[in-house]
Amino acid sequence: MAPIENDAAAEAADLTAAVDVEIPPEILAQTMGQYLRGWWLRVKSGDSGVLPVVVGIVGIGVAFQLLNHRFLEPLNLVNLLSQSTVYMVLAMAEIFVLLLGEIDLSVGLVMGLSAVLVCELVQPGGVNWPWWAAILVTLLLCAGVGAVQGTFVSRLRMPSLIVTLAFSLIVEGVTFIVLGNSLLVGLTERRFSNELALYDVFNGRFSPLIGWIALAVVVVVAGAWLWRRDTRRRRSGLVAPPAGLTAAKILLIAAAGVVVVAVCNINRAHVGVIEGVPYIIPIVLAVLGVSTLLLQRTRFGRYVYAIGGSPPAARRAGVNLVATRTVCFILAAVIAGIAGILFASWQVSISSNIIKTANTYVLLAIAAAVIGGTSLSGGRGRTIHGILGGLVIGMIYNGLYLLQVQSWWIDVATGGVLLTAAVVDVVSRRGATTGSMVRS
Amino acid sequence: MTEPGRTSHVGAMVSGMEPLLRLRGIDKHFGAVQALYGVDLDLPAGQVTGLCGDNGAGKSVLTRCIAGVHQPDHGQIYFEGRPVHIRSARDAAELGIETVYQDLALADNLDIVQNMFLGRERLRRRLLDEDSMERAAAETLSGLRVTTVRSIRQPVASLSGGQRQSVAVAKAVMWNSRVVLLDEPTAALGVVQTRMVLDLVRRLRDRGLAVMVISHNLNDIFEVADRIAVLHLGRMVAQGPASGFDRQSTVEYMTTGGTGRPEGRAVPATGEAG
Repeated sequence: MAPIENDAAAEAADLTAAVDVEIPPEILAQTMGQYLRGWWLRVKSGDSGVLPVVVGIVGIGVAFQLLNHRFLEPLNLVNLLSQSTVYMVLAMAEIFVLLLGEIDLSVGLVMGLSAVLVCELVQPGGVNWPWWAAILVTLLLCAGVGAVQGTFVSRLRMPSLIVTLAFSLIVEGVTFIVLGNSLLVGLTERRFSNELALYDVFNGRFSPLIGWIALAVVVVVAGAWLWRRDTRRRRSGLVAPPAGLTAAKILLIAAAGVVVVAVCNINRAHVGVIEGVPYIIPIVLAVLGVSTLLLQRTRFGRYVYAIGGSPPAARRAGVNLVATRTVCFILAAVIAGIAGILFASWQVSISSNIIKTANTYVLLAIAAAVIGGTSLSGGRGRTIHGILGGLVIGMIYNGLYLLQVQSWWIDVATGGVLLTAAVVDVVSRRGATTGSMVRS
Repeated sequence: MTEPGRTSHVGAMVSGMEPLLRLRGIDKHFGAVQALYGVDLDLPAGQVTGLCGDNGAGKSVLTRCIAGVHQPDHGQIYFEGRPVHIRSARDAAELGIETVYQDLALADNLDIVQNMFLGRERLRRRLLDEDSMERAAAETLSGLRVTTVRSIRQPVASLSGGQRQSVAVAKAVMWNSRVVLLDEPTAALGVVQTRMVLDLVRRLRDRGLAVMVISHNLNDIFEVADRIAVLHLGRMVAQGPASGFDRQSTVEYMTTGGTGRPEGRAVPATGEAG
């Protein structure tokens, strides 16, 4: 028995250090100092969480500003943020499927179909439905596409790569059918209220005062919730981050919010007045909030991670793999549909060119998710990664465009970033597995 | 190895007392292959039963029949004396039968609490009740004296082999289970880790659970088992108190299905053939 006691004693002695490369520091640390030491240890060993993407965002921002002083102007920043929202939403759609360890190549074309469909449904000379009905029906149809794909993948266990590739082509054809002979549809007739409503999704803005009030409400509610939860857990002896870290998180949320609202509230027009937070910012935050709630706080979300980590473990635990996988594909398609509505509202007029755009966007969505820190092999990632990665993609596109780089070079650059992110994903995963193999 | 008096305080060995789980005449075939021939097995409460057998002897199939993964073609399973049909893992769980499989069935990316509650999460207002799950998991682990993990919130990927096995066992006994089946619990573990897991097995027995340890490793079997059962080519060739077995006779039962000696002290099972 002696060896065990020695072992236990050694482990107990180790505990006082409260620092371990393999365990996220917020779990072990009792104080801010321990947290920072643990965090630094993990950064040094290559597992650094969102650090690389945050450093990347700052680095890209500084570089483009040095190359072109217009990059950080309020007008460009708001444009950049608005354009990035489409990448962000599409990346969040993809993350639901990536977490399973699957891939969805159809989110781009589902986005395209949704954009065409929502416009067609409000045409005054055509179907002429109210805007809300158009949105609802469009999203329902997207859900249907997701459900069929999900069924193929989950029931027949076909490779998602093939199923979603096939459906990309099917959806592409359907998009052309919906688009009709004119090969053009748009929200150009803004004297009709339904077209105007859809146009405003991307182009509408809150007044500056409303922006500040909404920010204050969000920060106070989120901050109070975070603080109360962590304090309660600390008091009852559960695993909780040190108080300093909770405070730092709340401050970070507040600071990011203030920066965004302040920049949006500056008059960014060269002539006249354009100011205020665009509607799409709260729309994206709502998608983020709902998907984070689903993934982190519900049984469904827990099962998504379990399936991504180990399908046999999930099956033995009684998880319904078929239903969980199918729901993920449905959610991905619905969120891609939301991205399509944003896209339609942004582009105003949609032609058959949307097919090429959609094919590029699916790769950008995967790139954004991976750049943000979601693993291609499943089980690891959060929807916030879609926001961070989407911002990186948006910055690259916007910055290179400002520099008047040819679009094919922009594609080359984005592909390079995706490749880099995938390499980081593979290398960090390999590091993790060899780590655990050494231990077991 | 086993001192004769150490039967257990639960007193399942008192003669005439019904074993918690009793299997009679279990047959199972897959296509043309007969995997089990009329297998009888008793798992008394408060005792560790060691199930030995060579590769292909039918240990896993038998385990899966109890766990509800396979249904026997013939034969009857009795739980506390009444006949039961275990058609799914859920049926088994409802009876309090839990299985810890060799590959552990833990999700590496989830933490200890999440793994222990996987599939049976507690909810509060339809959302996961993390606080209550964390408390219950911590209680179970400390009750089993699994104290070497750094934090109950660390991902399972960061645990050592013995710690993983301990978590898998703790997960199994968390649900007021009465019967725990451990499939090769010490495979691929070092000396210290093996000892840790065997200690844990003893603690389960002391809590009055019926424990079955399936193992190739006779050292482990002789160290923890109160009773030994030997399968050979789908037949139960010997079963009885561990004191009736020695290493040599057990190896012979495992390899040839019988002993060279005329009558071993172990009770040879009545192989009523298939």
